[in-house]
Amino acid sequence: MTTRPAPRRTRLPRWAGAGAAVLLVLGAATACSSSADGDEAGAAGSGSAPGEPSGTVTVFAAASLTESFTTLGERFEEAHPGTEVTFSFGGSDSLAAGITGGAPADVFASASPGTMKIVTDAGDAAGAPAAFARNRLEIATPPGNPEDISSLKDLTGPDLKVVLCDEKVPCGAAARTALDAAGLELTPVSYEQDVRSALTKVRLKEADAALVYRTDVRAAGDKVEGVDFPEAAEAVNDYPITLLENAPNAVAAEAFIAYVRSGEGQRVLADAGFLTP
Amino acid sequence: MTRTGTTGHDRAGGGTGASASGGLDAHLVVDRGTFRLDLALTAAPGEVVALLGPNGAGKSTALRALAGLAPLTGGHLHLDGTELTHRPPESRPVGVVFQDYLLFPHLTALDNVAFGPRCRGATKARARAAAAAWLDRMGLAEHAGAKPRRLSGGQAQRVALARALATDPRLLLLDEPLAALDARTRLDVRAQLRRHLAVFEAVAVLVTHDPLDAMVLADRLVVVEHGRVVQEGTPRDVARHPRTDYIARLVGLNLRTGRAEGRTVRLDDGPTVTTTEDLTGRVFVAFPPDAVTLHGSRPTGSGARNLWHCRVAGMETHGDRIRVDLTGELPLAADLTTVAAAELGLHPGTEVWASLEAARAHAYPA
Amino acid sequence: MIPADTSGARRGDTRGGAGARRRRPGTGGGQGVPLLLLLPALVALAFLLVPLVALLVRAPWRGMPEQLTSPAVWQALRLSLVCATAATAVSLVLGVPLAWLLARTEFPGRGLVRALVTLPLVLPPVVGGVALLMALGRNGVVGQWLDAWFGVSLPFTTAGVVVAETFVAMPFLVISVEGTLRAADRRYEEAAATLGASRFTAFRRVTLPLIMPGVAAGSVLAWARALGEFGATITFAGNFPDRTQTMPLAVYLALQSDPEAAIALSVVLLAVSIAVLAGLRDRWMTAS
Repeated sequence: MTTRPAPRRTRLPRWAGAGAAVLLVLGAATACSSSADGDEAGAAGSGSAPGEPSGTVTVFAAASLTESFTTLGERFEEAHPGTEVTFSFGGSDSLAAGITGGAPADVFASASPGTMKIVTDAGDAAGAPAAFARNRLEIATPPGNPEDISSLKDLTGPDLKVVLCDEKVPCGAAARTALDAAGLELTPVSYEQDVRSALTKVRLKEADAALVYRTDVRAAGDKVEGVDFPEAAEAVNDYPITLLENAPNAVAAEAFIAYVRSGEGQRVLADAGFLTP
Repeated sequence: MTRTGTTGHDRAGGGTGASASGGLDAHLVVDRGTFRLDLALTAAPGEVVALLGPNGAGKSTALRALAGLAPLTGGHLHLDGTELTHRPPESRPVGVVFQDYLLFPHLTALDNVAFGPRCRGATKARARAAAAAWLDRMGLAEHAGAKPRRLSGGQAQRVALARALATDPRLLLLDEPLAALDARTRLDVRAQLRRHLAVFEAVAVLVTHDPLDAMVLADRLVVVEHGRVVQEGTPRDVARHPRTDYIARLVGLNLRTGRAEGRTVRLDDGPTVTTTEDLTGRVFVAFPPDAVTLHGSRPTGSGARNLWHCRVAGMETHGDRIRVDLTGELPLAADLTTVAAAELGLHPGTEVWASLEAARAHAYPA
Repeated sequence: MIPADTSGARRGDTRGGAGARRRRPGTGGGQGVPLLLLLPALVALAFLLVPLVALLVRAPWRGMPEQLTSPAVWQALRLSLVCATAATAVSLVLGVPLAWLLARTEFPGRGLVRALVTLPLVLPPVVGGVALLMALGRNGVVGQWLDAWFGVSLPFTTAGVVVAETFVAMPFLVISVEGTLRAADRRYEEAAATLGASRFTAFRRVTLPLIMPGVAAGSVLAWARALGEFGATITFAGNFPDRTQTMPLAVYLALQSDPEAAIALSVVLLAVSIAVLAGLRDRWMTAS
């Protein structure tokens, strides 16, 4: 349920909440058996030609990376025949809980330094994490921007229904930072559990606006419209990536991380709306 | 119609009495797949009619049709000149005492009885006062606050009767009113029910398969078999002159059909019987089993009249007597004392001679 | 319901009496319980209870006083209780008549309707929330008219929480009550009819009191389901403290940043649920 080959997109349902950590551990058990042959292949690969990646790479990546990382995985497999990239997408905090709980992953790509810190503090990261992408907030409005919103201040209008992420999740923390930077008081109708459900409220036109990431606006296509605002610069989110201490296939994992940070990798991320760090 | 019963005027609230079009006039037709009920039923105010018949004869269906619980597929129903054929049960002036009473288990005896008046528009206080009066009349005043499960069978029966009467029905229906009671209680309750029915001024229809209940409680019996009326009359008539095997068995008579010429009847079974009545044509012949005497050998000195050669087919205890089923020349039932049975050394297969007192064999037109 | 003489006859039935006497030692104590039933039963019990016990074992008891004095916790708890109770009330008012309709009337497609009623049971609650948004949201199929005519918008309101909880809780009540209605003796309704009661009066004064145990059981199920409701609530009503943030939402969001606080909140929710359910059970047990 949690790990699948790259060509198929999977995303951990965030609402699974408390259950997600449990599922991850369960998933880890199945991943164990499936990664066993990947392990062998990796070992064989590194034995015959040191430094040349092969075998299966298991990547735990933040849900907001779903589209871009799926593309990156496909291209990486093309560039390195004999490799297979398997993703587990989910909330960064759930993934971190899975990794500290012993899930056998090679790479962790998080949506916030805070969740990455959980993994590094537990001693599960090999080396220092590197920022590979940045995300910034945008105001999402329904198509055509019917309420004519052009600035963060416009969101404080009395009859406007605005949804924010809860401050306990990264996009909510970023929104708080941006609002503080602008010196604005904003009472939303709801503090959503994650960025996608905040966006859903705008897509269904239940809310007039939401503060979400650029990448989410981009991923939603023409269902929402993004409005950039200067204070977003104060709340830019760094995405760190790291090789994991107990990576079953460290060689291929490092190659994947290098690919993500390469010019080609950065282009794919930029297409998805990410900024270069 | 036989008699218009006792019309008690000692009850409050009455007053319409029996008009020219008063009473019950019903033709009940209910089609239910293979079973068809087709029953004409009339009764005068104050009359108690018992529908008597074996299980599955359609008695209960008839009762449900009268109450409006089973829709009529044909016929009509008039009560005191009012057409009720298609009225729903809740707007019929009909009270029902159900077989197992169906007292509402969550309500006290008082509230059970007050339920009807309350539904018919009385205020709560008035309904409860009326209910209390009814319970008092039934001798249940001290049980007014009891829930049905605390009542004995007899008490529950009286509460059910009070509940049905409390709506001042113009037609009271009783479905096997005594069937749920044990023998001892039954005796008391039957006597009480008889008193209450005697003062009931409207029509009462009683369904039972117990001939004693029917004889004691009803002014008139309507015998139903296979959805049809097979005999009708006063309990005395029916008991004396049964016209079907079912009734004959119920009232404990041997019943045969035949053709009479004077006092002699040639039975359809073959032999002839000498009876007390002088008739001509098709007749029924009825005689009680204890009018039959059994002999080990052909009795000497008597003529050939009312004497048949038979064989014992079966025996069973019947109270303090032995009922012997005979086959042979004339199949019949005979009652004899245990002593007599022992002396004759009866067992299935024994050959005996059966004689019948002509004075106790009655013939009546078929 | 059993006439007195029938039970008397049963008492007099020597075979039945002897059988009852023979069985009695087996049913008492537990040494007569077959192992094939006892073992799975104990496994089931352990399976249900061990996670709860683990929650208690790992609960941050030292930080508990701090949690319990936090106004946010009380807001969420109060809101949870109010909304779950309101949802149960709405389920009763609408669900009992629906159960009656399903159990007591014949109409074409009744089997299908019955299946549809239970659909919210299998629907993931989040999907239920989205479906509610599409129906009752500001731009929903029905919601747009509510908004246009009455200025009523349910999402992001406490009423929205009640709506979401009712959506997932009512099927429990309907199923429970319908089952009880089917098992109930319809002849009591006939008796009521012969006494002049309309079908509605018969239902209100006779049927309803008779099926009360089923209604009570259904209400408890519905209340418990509503109290724990998360997916449909957060999707339809959002999350705002003291307005739509019920305990499960608070627990989930606390889990994102502070798992210990989440466990503490869960323990509070557990304790309150147990207190309420045990209290109700006792009341109904003594009442019936």
